[in-house]
Amino acid sequence: MSTQADLDAMYQEIILDHYKHPHHKGLRDPFEAEVHHVNPTCGDEVTLRVHLADGVVEDVSYDAVGCSISQASASVLTDLVIGKSVDDAMAVHADFLTLMQGKGTVEPDEDVLEDGIAFAGVAKFPARVKCALLSWMAWKDATAQSLDASGTEEK
Amino acid sequence: MVATGPTSGRLPGLLPELEVVRKDFPILERTVHDGLPLIYLDSANTSQKPQIVIDTMVDHLERHNANVARAMHALGAESTEAFESARDVVAGFIGAPERDEVIFTKNASEALNLVANTLAWARPSTSSGVDLSIGEGDVVVTTEMEHHSNIVPWQLLTERKGATLRWFGLTDDGRLDLSNVDELITEHTKVVTLTWVSNMLGTINPIADITRKAHAVGALVVVDASQAAPQLPIDLASMAPEERPDFVAFTGHKTVGPTGIGVLWGRREVLEQLPPFLGGGEMIETVRMERSTYAGIPHKFEAGTPPIVEAVGLGAALTYLGHLGMDAIHAHEQAITRYALEGLGTIKGLTVLGPLDAAQRGGAISFELEGVHPHDIAQVVDSRGVAIRAGHHCAKPAHARFGVQSSSRMSSYLYTTPAEIDALVEALEYTRSYFRLDG
Ligand SMILES: Cc1ncc(COP(=O)(O)O)c(C=O)c1O
Repeated sequence: MSTQADLDAMYQEIILDHYKHPHHKGLRDPFEAEVHHVNPTCGDEVTLRVHLADGVVEDVSYDAVGCSISQASASVLTDLVIGKSVDDAMAVHADFLTLMQGKGTVEPDEDVLEDGIAFAGVAKFPARVKCALLSWMAWKDATAQSLDASGTEEK
Repeated sequence: MVATGPTSGRLPGLLPELEVVRKDFPILERTVHDGLPLIYLDSANTSQKPQIVIDTMVDHLERHNANVARAMHALGAESTEAFESARDVVAGFIGAPERDEVIFTKNASEALNLVANTLAWARPSTSSGVDLSIGEGDVVVTTEMEHHSNIVPWQLLTERKGATLRWFGLTDDGRLDLSNVDELITEHTKVVTLTWVSNMLGTINPIADITRKAHAVGALVVVDASQAAPQLPIDLASMAPEERPDFVAFTGHKTVGPTGIGVLWGRREVLEQLPPFLGGGEMIETVRMERSTYAGIPHKFEAGTPPIVEAVGLGAALTYLGHLGMDAIHAHEQAITRYALEGLGTIKGLTVLGPLDAAQRGGAISFELEGVHPHDIAQVVDSRGVAIRAGHHCAKPAHARFGVQSSSRMSSYLYTTPAEIDALVEALEYTRSYFRLDG
């Protein structure tokens, strides 16, 4: 594939749309956990909150500064996990991780990843994989903390 | 609009024989992404290497390899000679008053940490000499434009010793704000440390003025010359003693040398008074189980087998720069920087961070392009073969000062041509259209 084709594969229309019009952006109440993750090599940052109720991801809200890839991926993340059970959302997370770490060899499942399949092209650029994963890692961290918090409450 | 033209190849100030000089750098002939010519504008990050450096290092490994100082045989003598000659070359390159004041480290970061750590360990002097110890009530002064390598070691030092870290702020046009110099440099100030040339803003700092002020209150001056050594002629011996810093650090890989080698120059009296940095072979005079005595400078600060072939490579690199002439290299950098500032100025929505006068800055130019994140800029220009850096360039506080998370940075060097700047400008225009920013 040519460089131009690789570039176009990365900057899919879907990604640029999410970048320009991000979904679920902004920090909202209520939430059980808030995390702040940084990509130390480039300084991109995300603050992300998770609100869980009865094993369901009720809300994910965030504030982020970063490149088109990291911003679009936060937007896609919220579309994919909000409203799902924590278990289902974790399964989506695992699929997205596999896609991003696959160096461009993994064929994404559109039924599971929906707009997330647009990131398949990013997986070929090792320097950008971290951008795509920034908010996903933050979400996993915040969700684990929310579960811990509710776990101790229930006891 | 791209500022190309038949005259762009012959800007006043360019290195004569630029095309011949470029042939010394084999990597400049390679292509990237299936056939695009490489346009390397990331030299402030690391410079490319001329053939003579590569050949000298290979020759050393093929023909002269042995450990230094401790091998009593022909190769040992050759290797020691090559290593110590490299020290002579470094001393000549910076005009060091004495060659034994030149200490090899692994990079600039290690050189700066060496100073900060040994100062942390210095005991209050009992008999003679200045008191180098730092404690409560003492102040270390740095600046907001430093590379992280010249901030963190001083944070560690002041945190450990209960001293206070203070810093010069920056003006809106990216210079040191010296308006409160008399509040920062006082009788409590023990160390003033600053970069000679900023790796982000390009600013050239008034080293002699600040050193004079610091010396007047008895403070030591530590200069990070990582970006200065590649492009400014440095002659320490010709500086007035009150204006000459006490320490100067730089890193080999930015001066067309290899990675793994850096330099700390320090004033003899201070180096002699400081305790050793790392303990081990080479840095001792004699070792008994109860205690040891230490070698004289420079070896006192060079524990263990040093980066021998890297030092030899650095010697070749600085000799190469010397042949081209640092005055000529400086003039070339200024000409290219001026041309680049003009070219970047034609791009809609582009803002340069730092001074706009090429005569007062180095060759690293950081900029923002409204509507496109630096990562995305670097990615798109890379698809056209143009290598620039995106991110915080290890200068987060300076970025924060200008209210930006990150920036894009182009940095030229002695092998950069005006045509390469044209290619960058063209690639940036392409980036704007790629992200559909209005015409
Ligand atoms: C101004 C400045 N100081 C220090 C350094 C650190 O150099 P090194 O990483 O080789 O130790 C750099 C280079 O990145 C620099 O530009």
